Amino acid sequence: MPVKLIEPGNDLSQAEWKLRTTRQQWLIWLGWLVGISLFLLCWKVISDNTMWVFVEDAPRQGADLLRRMMPPDWAYSERLWKPLWDTLNIATLGTLLGIIMAFPCAFLAARNTTPHPLIRSLALMIIVSSRSINSLIWAMLLVTILGPGILAGILAIALRSIGFVGKLLYEAIEEIHPTPVEAITATGASRMQVMSYAVLPQVMPAFAGISIYRWDINIRESTVLGLVGAGGIGLQLNAAINTLAWDRVSIIFILIFATVLVSEYISAKVRKAFI
Amino acid sequence: MTEHAERLQRAASGVWRRPPLIRDWRYRLALALAVLVYLVLASWSVEVNWTRVAEGASRGLNFLGAFLQPDFTSRWRDIQQGLLESLTMTLTSTVIGILLAIPVGIGAARNMAPLPIYLFCRSIIAISRTFQEVIIAILFVVMFGFGPLAGMITLAFATIGFMAKLLAEDIEDIDERQVEAIRATGGSWLQLMNYAVQPQVMPRLIGLSLYRLDINFRESAVIGIVGAGGIGATLNTSLSRYEYDTAAAVLLIIIGIVMMTEYLSGYVRKWVQ
Amino acid sequence: MLTLKQLTKRYTTGDKALTSVSLEIPAGQVAALIGPSGAGKSTLIRCVNRLVEPTEGQVFLGDTELTGLSSRQLRRARRRMGMIFQEYALIDRLTVMENVLSGYLGYTGFWRSYFRRYPQPVVQQAFKLLQRVGLENFIDKRADALSGGQRQRVGIARALLQSPEILLVDEPTASLDPKTSRQIMRLIKELCVERQLAAIINIHDVQLAQLFADRIIGLRAGQLVFDGQPEQLDAEILTRIYGEEDWNHASESGDVEEVMDPSVSQNHAQVTLRAASV
Repeated sequence: MPVKLIEPGNDLSQAEWKLRTTRQQWLIWLGWLVGISLFLLCWKVISDNTMWVFVEDAPRQGADLLRRMMPPDWAYSERLWKPLWDTLNIATLGTLLGIIMAFPCAFLAARNTTPHPLIRSLALMIIVSSRSINSLIWAMLLVTILGPGILAGILAIALRSIGFVGKLLYEAIEEIHPTPVEAITATGASRMQVMSYAVLPQVMPAFAGISIYRWDINIRESTVLGLVGAGGIGLQLNAAINTLAWDRVSIIFILIFATVLVSEYISAKVRKAFI
Repeated sequence: MTEHAERLQRAASGVWRRPPLIRDWRYRLALALAVLVYLVLASWSVEVNWTRVAEGASRGLNFLGAFLQPDFTSRWRDIQQGLLESLTMTLTSTVIGILLAIPVGIGAARNMAPLPIYLFCRSIIAISRTFQEVIIAILFVVMFGFGPLAGMITLAFATIGFMAKLLAEDIEDIDERQVEAIRATGGSWLQLMNYAVQPQVMPRLIGLSLYRLDINFRESAVIGIVGAGGIGATLNTSLSRYEYDTAAAVLLIIIGIVMMTEYLSGYVRKWVQ
Repeated sequence: MLTLKQLTKRYTTGDKALTSVSLEIPAGQVAALIGPSGAGKSTLIRCVNRLVEPTEGQVFLGDTELTGLSSRQLRRARRRMGMIFQEYALIDRLTVMENVLSGYLGYTGFWRSYFRRYPQPVVQQAFKLLQRVGLENFIDKRADALSGGQRQRVGIARALLQSPEILLVDEPTASLDPKTSRQIMRLIKELCVERQLAAIINIHDVQLAQLFADRIIGLRAGQLVFDGQPEQLDAEILTRIYGEEDWNHASESGDVEEVMDPSVSQNHAQVTLRAASV
């Protein structure tokens, strides 16, 4: 960074500074204009596709929904423990599987550890594809292939986690201090030894933190996988909504809320311990 | 101390092991056992219908094949409609979400807001962050009817939780001296926000907004599954009709757009700073 | 021991860091490499063990020519050269003992090193080295819990565990206070004498170089401009290496009555520098 400051070109840009402000001012105004018209255009598209009659009805609908949810069906909770256990398993096993696959991927994708640029772009491809596709979509695909069940859910979570963990981890690898790498290389260590002695200890805390963070996110994600048949509490949610049993929906919501809060608490605690 | 001396003595004679992460061996054993028991129990609860998996294997191959020959044309009108809805939803929801997230975020910063407002804003954030977008979408679809409006409101709501939390943390971390300096000049609360807080949190806010735009697009591909419009609806129909080549086309488009936004946002972030 | 022949390094940016440097360092000699920042000192040292690939020229370690070696042969050759770094280059999150043992990596296989299964004599040797540098009580401490001087001692022990024939030392004192700097330099010098090690020490501080080196090598803009005894350094030679500067002034400390005659000041410089080395 400081290299940029002492570039000789800096003086020049100083001289042109005034000129650039007026131009920049115009560009900013133009940006606002384009932005606002784009926003209005988008709004029009949405509004054209909306039945406004229903929208006017929304407050009444909302109140009605709330009334029907209101005394939650507490007794139903007894039948939710097994699905909740499944949800936790989907998240945990999926995260485990995901980080196992993400780990080598990140090393292949980081500029300073990749064996070859071609392999690097392949690893980046895997990471981007995995990141772009939401776990629910992965679940949809896997359910059509493997059939409904927890397995599809676990794999969906795993496939989505590769990209997340892989991206953050390879960025961490690219940011390590280079001198320990030099030092270990200078002892005559092999490539793998340099990885295990100079790179791994430096990225381990980041790796643990990222994994726990993703686990926390995955708990949230796995609550809805059941909507497409991939197991967990989402199955019950789907059934309750389809039968319009809103008092059951509300108890499921309460349970999800509590679970996510607990997992967030655990994740924050563990991450703090690692740093 | 004696343990240390013992370790030294053993090291001198050439025996040295890395000190374990957890000192007490009983804890170590208990932890290892707990992990093992959990893994066994958890894997035991996974029931796999192998005949169904074998049956699906050929479908899986078909699907992989479809990625090599994606069909953009035969359902192009559906794809186009879904894509347009998704993109408009993404943009409007991000803008509205951020505009609403700013007051909520300020309200959720302990150093800026009185306690009742703080608690209220924090609970909005908690609710928005706990529930997956799809769950929120279900409720809004029931309230507002099928279509992109429900989707837009869902994404805006999720954006509020995301942005407001990070904004609140940023505001809580700002340099107190600058705030005091403005307060000392007798500035009003709004002036305080404008002069002392805004300049400190603005750059990160812009970066986060771009990041959220990216997330909202990806989410917009999902909430269509429960009827909130967008490209997710197109994907859902094509999958339920077993039109894998169209589904592959949709997925490739999603990947392409995500890559593009990522590239663009990196560029814009560099430009802003 | 170590011979450089017409060593040249050109970076891909086109910058020429070294121009045709030839040198010979006999066994047991401690040579200090001095010169202004950016003169190519670090590049020279790194070209020897090929952390930086030289563009042209040859490097002989004993009878082995290093620039033509395959990567496997290069790893074997690197074991014979211990390196010590400016920022210590320890692995912060590993213990002191692991850091020292990492000097043995070139001799051991991956899995043995991964599970820290080092042969008993090697651990013994590592412990002795830590004793020698006065850190045997710290074996289980993490490297980032140590002070700068202590870390550099660990770095020295790591380099020595390689049982090297030569030490490549890159600015060992640049991050240390003056007292610790002298202690570290003295330690390196003593170890070189004890073990008949040759060393190239690339160093900023001319006084320290004069105090502890057998030979001074001056580098300027990638070219060898001086090669001689520490006693030979005077204002003229310092000017040749570092460029125009009132060298007398720099070596004077607290002397109010300044001698302005250049010929006198030159002699004076020599005297004070000598005095420092006594």
